Amino acid sequence: MQPFTILTGIAAPLPEANIDTDKIIPSRFLKTIQRSGLGRNAFDPMRYNEDGSEKPDFVLNREPYRHAEILVTYENFGCGSSREHAPWALLDFGIRCVIAPSFADIFHGNCFKNGILPIRLPRDVCEALMQDAAQGGNSRLTVDLERQRVIRPDGEEIPFEVDAMRRRLLLEGLDDIGQTLQHAPAIERFEQNRAASSPWMPSIVLT
Amino acid sequence: MPTLFDKIWDAHVVDRFEDGTAILYIDRHLVHEVTSPQAFEGLRLSGRRLRRPDATIAVVDHNVPTSDRSLPIEEPQSRLQIETLERNVEEFGVPYFPLKSRDQGIVHVVGPEQGLSLPGMTIVCGDSHTSTHGALGALAFGIGTSEVEHVMATQTLLQKPAKNMKILVEGTLAPGVSAKDVMLAIIGRIGTAGGTGHVIEFAGSAIRGLDMAGRMTICNMSIEAGARAGLVAPDETTFAYVKGRRFAPQGAAFDQAVAYWRTLVSDEDAVFDTVIELAAEEIAPLVTWGTSPEDVVAITGTVPDPASAADEARRAQMQRMLDYMGLTAGQKLSEVAVDAVFIGSCTNGRIEDMRAAARVLAGRRVAPGVRAMVVPGSGLVKAQAEQEGLDRIFLDAGFEWREAGCSMCLGMNPDKLTPGQRCASTSNRNFEGRQGPGGRTHLLSPAMAAAAAVTGRLTDVRELV
Ligand code: SF4
Repeated sequence: MQPFTILTGIAAPLPEANIDTDKIIPSRFLKTIQRSGLGRNAFDPMRYNEDGSEKPDFVLNREPYRHAEILVTYENFGCGSSREHAPWALLDFGIRCVIAPSFADIFHGNCFKNGILPIRLPRDVCEALMQDAAQGGNSRLTVDLERQRVIRPDGEEIPFEVDAMRRRLLLEGLDDIGQTLQHAPAIERFEQNRAASSPWMPSIVLT
Repeated sequence: MPTLFDKIWDAHVVDRFEDGTAILYIDRHLVHEVTSPQAFEGLRLSGRRLRRPDATIAVVDHNVPTSDRSLPIEEPQSRLQIETLERNVEEFGVPYFPLKSRDQGIVHVVGPEQGLSLPGMTIVCGDSHTSTHGALGALAFGIGTSEVEHVMATQTLLQKPAKNMKILVEGTLAPGVSAKDVMLAIIGRIGTAGGTGHVIEFAGSAIRGLDMAGRMTICNMSIEAGARAGLVAPDETTFAYVKGRRFAPQGAAFDQAVAYWRTLVSDEDAVFDTVIELAAEEIAPLVTWGTSPEDVVAITGTVPDPASAADEARRAQMQRMLDYMGLTAGQKLSEVAVDAVFIGSCTNGRIEDMRAAARVLAGRRVAPGVRAMVVPGSGLVKAQAEQEGLDRIFLDAGFEWREAGCSMCLGMNPDKLTPGQRCASTSNRNFEGRQGPGGRTHLLSPAMAAAAAVTGRLTDVRELV
C-alpha cells in the first residue's frame, strides 16, 4: 500500500448526501476478477449517459477535476452494500482522500484497508471546503496526516481526528497485512507451539 | 467460567493490541471462486506468498451449472471466475477439488464431510454461511475479500471478541418437525438482527438430540439471525461423525484429539450476555411468508395482516412484502400454490436432507405443472444417495436429479426462478430476487418441500406421513 503522509491535490466538489455504493460502483461490475480497472466505472450512473457517452456536467468529467485526488462531499457517503469494489473504484480513479460530515461504517473501514483516508469534518467546514474545491485548478487542498490538518488554499489550517492505529498504518503505508506481518515471529511461535500441543491437526495434502 | 466461544478464541490468540484487537490464528481457510480472485491478485501484486497452502482448500460452487458436467460452462463471466480460480490454485499450490471430481460441492458441505472442518478449529471463508461449520464445535465465520487476502498472507485475522449468546432448546421435537423448523422458529423469535455482535451457542436437549446435519442446518442460519457465528459443543454425536473421514485424524491422533475436544464445553458457571429459551414441543413445521427469514408462520396458520403491525413503518413494510410475494392477508398458507420446489443448498443439501425428502416422496408423484429439483450439496452426497437408491425415488416422483452446487439458492448460475414464480425452497434466504429476479421464495424444511411438490401447494407434511 502507498503511504499516506502529505497529499496536495485537486479537490472535486460533490455536493450531495447519501451517495451509495451502487452509485460509486454498480453491481453489474462486481463479476470482475480484479480490483484494478474499476476507475473507469467509478460513479458510473452519475458520470455516463445510457449510450456510454460522458455527461459533460458531471464534475469528474470536467477539467481539472478529471485529475482530482480529493473528494469533498456530504453526509453518509458510501452507504449501501459492503462491496470493497467501492474503495477499489475510487482508488483506481485516483482519489486518495474523501472529506465528508459522515461515512457509512463498512465503507469507512474499507477505505483504510485500501489506502484511502476518509476525513470526518462538520457540515459547515465541508461547505467551506466545497467552495474552495469549486475554484478549480488554482485551488488545491493539502491534507497533512502527520499533523492531522487540512490546509485550505488561503493557508487556514483545519484540524481533524483519526483513529491512532489507522493513522499509523496509513503513514507507514502498511495495510492490515503489512502490520500483521510485523508480528510474524509471534505467528511462527504460535504455529510451533500448536504443532507440539495439537499434533492431530491435519494438513491438507492431496495425493 | 469461560464459554465455549471464549475457550476456542483464547486458544487462537497470537497477539493483542492495546485496543483489544487480537491477531487470531486461523486453522482452516476455505476458498471459492467468487470472493477470492482479488485476494490472489493482491498477493501477486505485493509479492507475498500464501502462508499455509496446507491449511487451505478451494472448490467451485456458486457459479457452476448443475447440469451435465461434461458440457462447457456457457456464461462467460462464470467461466472466467472458475478458470481464474483454477489458475490461482495452480500458481499458489492450493489443494483444490475440481468441478469434475466427486469431492466437489458447496464449500460448507465439503468441509465437514471431508473431515477438513474439525472441533476446536477456527475456520473462515469469504462467505457468510461459513457459520455452518460451527455445528462441529468450531469457531467459523465469513469474511470479506481483504480479509481473505489477510488470511492467505498471514494465516491470521485481526478481530475483536464477540459477545456470547446462548439459545436453549429443551424437550423433544414433534414428528414432522426438523432442525430447519427449529432455526426458523429461533429467527422468528429473535429477528434478523437478534444475534448482532454475538456468537450464538445452541444448547439444550433438543439440540443434543439432533444429528450433525441438523446441527449444521441450525448453525448455517445463525447469520440470518444476525450472529457472527453459531456453535454447538462437540459431543459423542460429533466424534462419531468425524471419525474415519478422509482428512480427520486417525488412530492414536484421533483419540488425542477427542480428549481435547471433550474440554470444549461452556463451563457450568459461564456467563452469557444473552440467553434465550425455546420449548421444542411448541415448534410446528414453519414456512416464511415474507422476504426476510424472520417472517415465519406455522404451516397451519394464515398470512399475517399488516393492520396488526405494531407501527406504521412495519405496516408499510409488511404490505410491500405481501405485494412482492403475491399474497393476501388472512390467506391460509396451505392454500398457496407453488410453481417450483428446490431441495438443496448448504442449509439442506446433505444426505440426511435427501433421505427426509425421499421418505415423503416414496410412491408419490410431483403435482402437475410443478418444477421440482434436488441438488445434492456435493458429489459425495450424490453418490451416497444413488447408492441408497434415493435418486430413483426422486426421479420416479418426477424430480430433476442434478449435479452438486449452490444452484437455485442464489441467482448466480443457470438455475433461476423467472419473475413471479413461487418456490418452496430449503435454502436460507428469501430476499427479493435471491433465487432470480422477481422470484418468490418460501423457506421450509426438506420434508415440507417434498410435501409441497406432491400437492402443488404449501402443505403440512404431517398430513402425508
Ligand atoms: S448454497 Fe447458497 S448460501 Fe450456501 S454457499 Fe451457496 S449460495 Fe451461499
